[in-house]
Amino acid sequence: MISLAQMAMAAGFILILIGFYGALTQRNLLRMIVAFTIADTGVNIVLVAVGHMRGRTAPILDVAVPAADAVARVIDPVPQALVLTAIVIGLGVTALMLAYALKLHARKHTLDIAKMTELKW
Amino acid sequence: MVAPISTLTTRQTTRQTHMIKRAIALLLLFAVGTLFASLLLGYVPDSELNHTARYYAERTAGDVGAANIVTAIVVTYRGLDTLGEVTVLFISAAIVGLVLAQDRLPSDAPRQPRVPVSELLSTGSRALTPLILLLGVYVFVNGHLTPGGGFQGGAIVASGMLLLLLADPLKQFSHQLISVLESLSGLLFVGIGVLGVLLAGGFLDNRLLPIGTLGELFSAGVIPVIYSLIGLKVGAEFSSMLASLSETEET
Amino acid sequence: MSPMSPLVFGITLVLCITMIGAALMAIRAKRLPVAILAAGLVSLVASILFLVLAAPDVAMTEAAIGSGLTTFLFFFVLARIRGAGHGGANIDADNEADNKADSHD
Repeated sequence: MISLAQMAMAAGFILILIGFYGALTQRNLLRMIVAFTIADTGVNIVLVAVGHMRGRTAPILDVAVPAADAVARVIDPVPQALVLTAIVIGLGVTALMLAYALKLHARKHTLDIAKMTELKW
Repeated sequence: MVAPISTLTTRQTTRQTHMIKRAIALLLLFAVGTLFASLLLGYVPDSELNHTARYYAERTAGDVGAANIVTAIVVTYRGLDTLGEVTVLFISAAIVGLVLAQDRLPSDAPRQPRVPVSELLSTGSRALTPLILLLGVYVFVNGHLTPGGGFQGGAIVASGMLLLLLADPLKQFSHQLISVLESLSGLLFVGIGVLGVLLAGGFLDNRLLPIGTLGELFSAGVIPVIYSLIGLKVGAEFSSMLASLSETEET
Repeated sequence: MSPMSPLVFGITLVLCITMIGAALMAIRAKRLPVAILAAGLVSLVASILFLVLAAPDVAMTEAAIGSGLTTFLFFFVLARIRGAGHGGANIDADNEADNKADSHD
């Protein structure tokens, strides 16, 4: 019987692969950025799944989870804090990529990566 | 006769390079996929919290006083990382503004609305925006008690701004106000951190204010204050990103 | 160590399959707006998955940022590129050429 975490982790890995495939094979800049955001989501799912433990609840202390037996009841909070950061930075990176794509389009009037040959050798 | 043949051959070569690239991409993906599969098959879920997680789970209630352990980690235990994160976000917002700055129309240029804004849309957006902002403020003020916090609340505040932008595309946000809000909350964030060095245990220590009772709004020391500042800063940064990506038009 | 209930198992399975399907759609879609919306759907389903994985903080962040703001950033950029005129028709034309090449090999 596979656990919840393993299932989510498999889905996350598949998303990363789909995102990489898109980023490697697409020629339209915006489509490459879309593929990158999908890979980003996949990485986040894998990280959260690593922290998940069967039969435990979210790391929030309240009446249901008193502070005294928190160690036995909550899941690992560290990956969650990490992913929180990663999602916010992910939006910053996406906005940056989009701004550069916009700039390239304004300069070249195309989004086709194959037509941007300045650095080609 | 010559020209069509040459175009045909170039098309063939592009097709060939296309296929080769695709084959290389698939090969690379196969290698990465094998790596992932071995990771997945060898994964054994922990049954106990590891050392770090156990420390946070045991000490958060006594040391920090925040009910939400993730918030305690983000704001207090790893507060320095959060400062770095907010800085990275600020830099990327600044670069987005800088890269797109040359395209921006002068603000006194005549702008014609493509479609006039309907009464329903403008009234609806004016009624909804304060509620969205209120929800955002609620989320970041209660970050130490419930799921949520500065980043989520900031994003919700930015969605309120987004609604205004969508309802009236010609609306101009005051960039001055956004940048003042952003830098002021950033400065206060660092200032509270330095005060922690002087008056409490270290940089960004939350025990400047009394820790209070677990689960009350005014508890967990300065965490609500810091998270509100982060919320304002993140909201301002996201709003400026959205504004600079939407309002600049091709000249 | 309670055994996982079949309901939670089923929900997770459906979420994972939806997510992968939406991701494939985002990669393969002919039209760019459809691809962007499918990527937003991936994020939205991922945020429900985070909730199932007992990470409500991450779920909120993903729903607000990954699925909300990112999608709108893409649409703003798309609108500006379409509005630029000279490249407007080009966006989907590039993709059609690309897709034709795809179908041949």
